[in-house]
Amino acid sequence: MLHFLVTALGPEFGQYLLIGLVTGLLYALIALGYTMVYGIIELINFAHGDLFMLGSFFALQWAIWLGVANIKGEAIPGASTSAVVLAILLVLLAAPLFCAALNVTVDRLVYKPLRNAPKLAPLVSAIGVSFIFMNAGVFWMGTYDLNFPELVPQHNLTPGTAVAVSYRHIMVLCVTLPVMVALTLFVRYTALGKAMRATAQNPTAAQLMGINVDRVIAATFAIGGALAGVAAVVYGLYNNTVSYQMGFQTGLYAFTAAVLGGIGNIPGAVLGGILIGLIRSLGTAYVGDQWSQSLIFGILIVILIFRPNGLLGARTREKV
Amino acid sequence: MENREAAQGQPRKRNIDRRGFLKIGGGLAAAGAGVYLLPGCGGGSNNTSGEKETIRIVSSLPRTGSARGQTNTIVNGIQMAIEDYNGEIGNFKIDYVDWDDATAAAGKWDGPTEKANAQKAIADPDVMAYIGPYNSNAAKISMPELNEAGLVQISPAVTWPGLTKKIKGVAPDEPEKYRPAKRVTFCRVCTTDDLQGPLAADFAKDELKVKKVYILDDKELYGEGLAKLFRQQCDQIGIQVLGQEGIDTAAIEFGGLMTKIKGLGPDLIYFGGTTQTKGGQLAKDMVKAGLTCPMLAPDGCYEQAFIDSAGAENLNNRAYVTIVGLDPSQLTGKGADFVKRYKEKYKNDPEAFAVYGYECAKVVLEAIKKVNKKDREEIMKAVLATKDFTAGAVGGAGGWGFDANGDTTLRQVTVSRVEGGKFVPKKTVTK
Repeated sequence: MLHFLVTALGPEFGQYLLIGLVTGLLYALIALGYTMVYGIIELINFAHGDLFMLGSFFALQWAIWLGVANIKGEAIPGASTSAVVLAILLVLLAAPLFCAALNVTVDRLVYKPLRNAPKLAPLVSAIGVSFIFMNAGVFWMGTYDLNFPELVPQHNLTPGTAVAVSYRHIMVLCVTLPVMVALTLFVRYTALGKAMRATAQNPTAAQLMGINVDRVIAATFAIGGALAGVAAVVYGLYNNTVSYQMGFQTGLYAFTAAVLGGIGNIPGAVLGGILIGLIRSLGTAYVGDQWSQSLIFGILIVILIFRPNGLLGARTREKV
Repeated sequence: MENREAAQGQPRKRNIDRRGFLKIGGGLAAAGAGVYLLPGCGGGSNNTSGEKETIRIVSSLPRTGSARGQTNTIVNGIQMAIEDYNGEIGNFKIDYVDWDDATAAAGKWDGPTEKANAQKAIADPDVMAYIGPYNSNAAKISMPELNEAGLVQISPAVTWPGLTKKIKGVAPDEPEKYRPAKRVTFCRVCTTDDLQGPLAADFAKDELKVKKVYILDDKELYGEGLAKLFRQQCDQIGIQVLGQEGIDTAAIEFGGLMTKIKGLGPDLIYFGGTTQTKGGQLAKDMVKAGLTCPMLAPDGCYEQAFIDSAGAENLNNRAYVTIVGLDPSQLTGKGADFVKRYKEKYKNDPEAFAVYGYECAKVVLEAIKKVNKKDREEIMKAVLATKDFTAGAVGGAGGWGFDANGDTTLRQVTVSRVEGGKFVPKKTVTK
């Protein structure tokens, strides 16, 4: 079957699939943040994409401090592999912590006082926070497209085959997949995960059962933020370009992915993310790059017409 | 017990002390307004000296976004020109205002902002000349406004030929649609793309021995137009165009696109566009996809920001960029003096268009000197009548001038290669 597809669609088909899968997993990581926050307090956190952008700026700054990148963001040549791996691990630790802390702070300052307000108020506040983050990014790193150091090599590990796999693709798969599995296990088997699911179902009843709802919500924001931080580092290492505008663009695709899969639904976010990545990659290849946005949103509209709750929306009763 | 569903639409008791918030917020706002207005109270009008009237020159350039590096040097060039006259010509004080036609949200020039700048300039009676814009698409917007109002517009960097003349490849209603008042009010000191596009194709065939090319453009007036002119020339001289495509300039990476192009096996990728419309990102993704062919880009990418955004090692020895006119390192005579003075004053190298900023300002100031009157019509006539102009930094001994369309008589294009993170000129063609 695959062989038939490859011969019908050209030898690059496998490559497009790989690119689509990898970028799709990145979108999925960010979509998870949107979906979790929506599941628990029914707020679409528009600032999440820009949190991702700030996380990547922090990761860049951290890489410069650690000494693996010069001030222009270019990788310093000659560093040993172990030093580079250690640096990547440290960045993977620091950026999610930064994003989690920032997210919890914003929740405490902006969304918590509006917990009992009509739904529109926290929504508009989230848009406001999004702009604040974006301008913070402009003040922090300027309006230029910035280089993220090329710490992971991009040479082709499988020369001679139709699909060019590099360490970058392996890195994305090795970081995103375990994180998603860990998240699913966390939500299903730990006490905090249970508390989150309970709060998502019915906050009042959860309070009655002795769950500190505010703490659970803060934990959700923290986890969502941490996921955005991981996505920021992986994105930076994969793509090598970060800019203050990428939060809006990527956030839009990630939010679309979350809605596509059924907002409030974790497996849905992952599925939606992978789908969006594949549509974008295959659309660019076979329809044209300028149509990629129209294609994604067109498919979203069609799917929502037939399944208004998203692809996995109505089927799973659990929200977080 | 709280009933969430019933309470949805009803106003809830707030925990926020609104009066306290208003007190603090109002106080801060009043203090801020006071601090802001206070310095303005002292120096009211520009006319402190009393007898001298002010002539204002404004520029509208993208000062926000990655073009800032380039436009910084253009603005510096303009200021250097004004300093040549010590800020005064005859009975007039020269005031220069540097306006931004870009917004942070867009990261590059913005239509409504450019239009607002044009209207601001028209409304201010002291403004006698409008230098700008930097982007051809922005010129589309401000040219008709300034044309109707009769304010002379001179641009250092706009290169789309359709703005001033009718040649093969421009839209059928160009340039009339930019001249609603049926006369010429726009001029430019840089050569146009009807030279740049075809010369790039000639260079590709003769020097790079290219047989197959894939063309990308950013769907803007400048980029798409240039790609079309390049393609026309390719068809004429026998380079096979494997395809032409507009890119999604809002996208953050182009991996899939580059993989598709790699499958077609081109000898060259031509990008009609600017750094701000993802020129650097394309170069990066080209290298990432494993393409080994060179890249050719036009003057919209002729800035340090392009090299920085792509990463020098992705461009070294494989990226060629064309520039209208000469690279600053090639300037001789007065041009070399300008570069030397610029370096001494600003401690930085001037970018490619800095000398054109200087030239624009010089042309306007010489016209003001000749006319010695604060009259838009007279100054415009003097600017457009510029011939054998040697007071500036370009043009050599014979000088240059504007032709009937407002285009410069200088017809030079240089192709440079990126080497060691800098532009190194390789070939200059004069027609």
